[in-house]
Amino acid sequence: MSADLSVILPEAALSVFAMAGLLWAVYTGKDRAAPTLLWATAAAFVVLALWIGWTGSGTQRAFGGSFVNDGFARFAKVAILLSAAAVLLMGEGYMARRGLLRFEYPVLIALSVVGMMVMVSAGDLIVLYMGLELQSLALYVIAALRRDSVKSTEAGLKYFVLGALSSGLLLYGASLAYGFAGTTGFAGIVAAAAGAGHLPLGLLLALVFLLTGLAFKVSAVPFHMWTPDVYEGAPTPVTAFLATAPKLAAMALFARVAHDAFGGAAGDWGQIVAFLAVASMFLGAVAAIGQRNIKRLMAYSSIAHMGFALIGLAAGTAAGVKAMLIYMAIYVVMNIGTFAFILAMERDGRPVTDIGSLNQYAAREPTRALAMLVLLFSLAGVPPLLGFFGKFAVLQAAVAAGMTWLAVAGVIASVIGAFYYLRIVYFMYFGEEREPLDPVRSPVLSAFLIASAVVMVVGVANLFGIEGPAAAAAETLVR
Amino acid sequence: MTLAGLAFYAFAVTTVAAGLMVTVSRNPVHSVLWLILAFLSSAGLFVLVGAEFVAMLLVIVYVGAVAVLFLFVVMMLDVDFAELKAELAKYVPLAALVGVVLLMQLALVLGAWTTAEGVTVIPTLADLPAPEVHNTRALGLVLYDRHFLLFQLAGLILLVAMVGAILLTLRHRVDVKRQDVLAQMYRDPAKALELKDVKPGQGL
Repeated sequence: MSADLSVILPEAALSVFAMAGLLWAVYTGKDRAAPTLLWATAAAFVVLALWIGWTGSGTQRAFGGSFVNDGFARFAKVAILLSAAAVLLMGEGYMARRGLLRFEYPVLIALSVVGMMVMVSAGDLIVLYMGLELQSLALYVIAALRRDSVKSTEAGLKYFVLGALSSGLLLYGASLAYGFAGTTGFAGIVAAAAGAGHLPLGLLLALVFLLTGLAFKVSAVPFHMWTPDVYEGAPTPVTAFLATAPKLAAMALFARVAHDAFGGAAGDWGQIVAFLAVASMFLGAVAAIGQRNIKRLMAYSSIAHMGFALIGLAAGTAAGVKAMLIYMAIYVVMNIGTFAFILAMERDGRPVTDIGSLNQYAAREPTRALAMLVLLFSLAGVPPLLGFFGKFAVLQAAVAAGMTWLAVAGVIASVIGAFYYLRIVYFMYFGEEREPLDPVRSPVLSAFLIASAVVMVVGVANLFGIEGPAAAAAETLVR
Repeated sequence: MTLAGLAFYAFAVTTVAAGLMVTVSRNPVHSVLWLILAFLSSAGLFVLVGAEFVAMLLVIVYVGAVAVLFLFVVMMLDVDFAELKAELAKYVPLAALVGVVLLMQLALVLGAWTTAEGVTVIPTLADLPAPEVHNTRALGLVLYDRHFLLFQLAGLILLVAMVGAILLTLRHRVDVKRQDVLAQMYRDPAKALELKDVKPGQGL
């Protein structure tokens, strides 16, 4: 038991921190304590990330194999914690100015992060579900945080209802898997699936339902409908959070289920994932063309990016998982920078989301425009920026696994998708003069924007060495 | 008849009778009270078969929470139960038909009950091996050891639900008068009260 507890120590520590923070804020300043709590939470995330990144080694299993702490989980946890800390800090000013900085906000984010950490460590269908629900429930609440706004409430409600539907599908799959494998543990499911080379019908159905539920969470087409509305309606810092850490966690969970629980049936889920990937890439690329709202645009962009990440998974190899992890890490950094830019888009103190408002932005704020240009080029996958290397890694993995057609589809989709990224660049540099946006006051936002852009350029040298840990993480998952 | 047998029949008859009274009593509040009696006597039945944990759950959860909730609903909602009851009479034939069909189906299931090969059937409760630990303890051992993580995660999920409900619905209004307990407690009678000696028949 105490050995088990030492495996879940980081999660336990973060949970205790969240509860202590909640009590402290309730008994002291309530919402006046929120900024302190927010900074403390971000600091706790960073400390935990360093702790997990430096001290963890090997693979430990706890509670009868239902919780796994391996290299893959640690890689995902470090990325989740760091990105959550960044997004938390970025959103502070925006939330405070609109009276949204409630002390529950950092607490809910912390609990959501606990859920994500449990998700990526799941070794059992029940643990998977518990982690997923903890993560999602907290997100439903913060999506509806601006409760006086119809759009925010609608976003929260829509997210909740569709999330509940996807949880239902996932649970149905989980119960089928339990029925046909006789256990909810991933190791037991793999053992039941092994042998014939293909899955028995019951387990195949279970796999389809499980993947459907997970596809909802990563917003892969055709389960993406909630994404644009939720991204648009939620307060922008919440949107930034939705687009980063939960996506990474859900994608890691996707890989975990595919490789850990159904590792022997890569042929069966490979085709489902390949379909999801192609559909997401093309819909994400085409549907964003008509969007003028930058938050909806980023929603479609995230759908397309999830498609690319799924290519890595569809390859079904360790190289594919490694490419997926690298892709997600780069995607998260790009999104942090892009949302740091979006968060600062204001006119007369009110947030602006129309991309037309960026006309001639470069003439007024050349540095920020240049940083955004780098990020957009990187999102589009233009060489030699970091985003290109992410796309290159997944395409290479697909080709190596003999899925050349998938790689070709990816290239075509990325060319189509480049249009809407470049259109923003066009507006910034060559658009007509319009009423200008407010000058940016927040040094935090500018710092994140510029740092992210610099990473896109400098990271080309060696990807900041994440390739090694990512490869090691993928090795521990794919055996 | 043993004492246990006597107790069983006492609890069983009470349960059935109370259940009947739940449906036939005119006043809905009486129905809820009969329901509580039915719960309590079935808790007794569970104790008799050695499932003391289920008995406790029944008393704590059903009597303590669910039945009280029913009472609240019955008292707070303005539902004309007399009218509902009158309408109910129209559906008696249909209800009787459904009841008969249900009984027949149950009889069919029980009649066609067979045991798979190689399964040892324990015919009566008395033949069960005496449990090594009480079932409350056994449940606790599983819940706080093997499933500790799941149990705590479920707790966190409920915490998020509670925080979320408060965050999304609680509004602190400034224009209402609130009770200030400390101010009430520290009120000094010497300052708040003025004692006057009123003479009989004179007034102030």
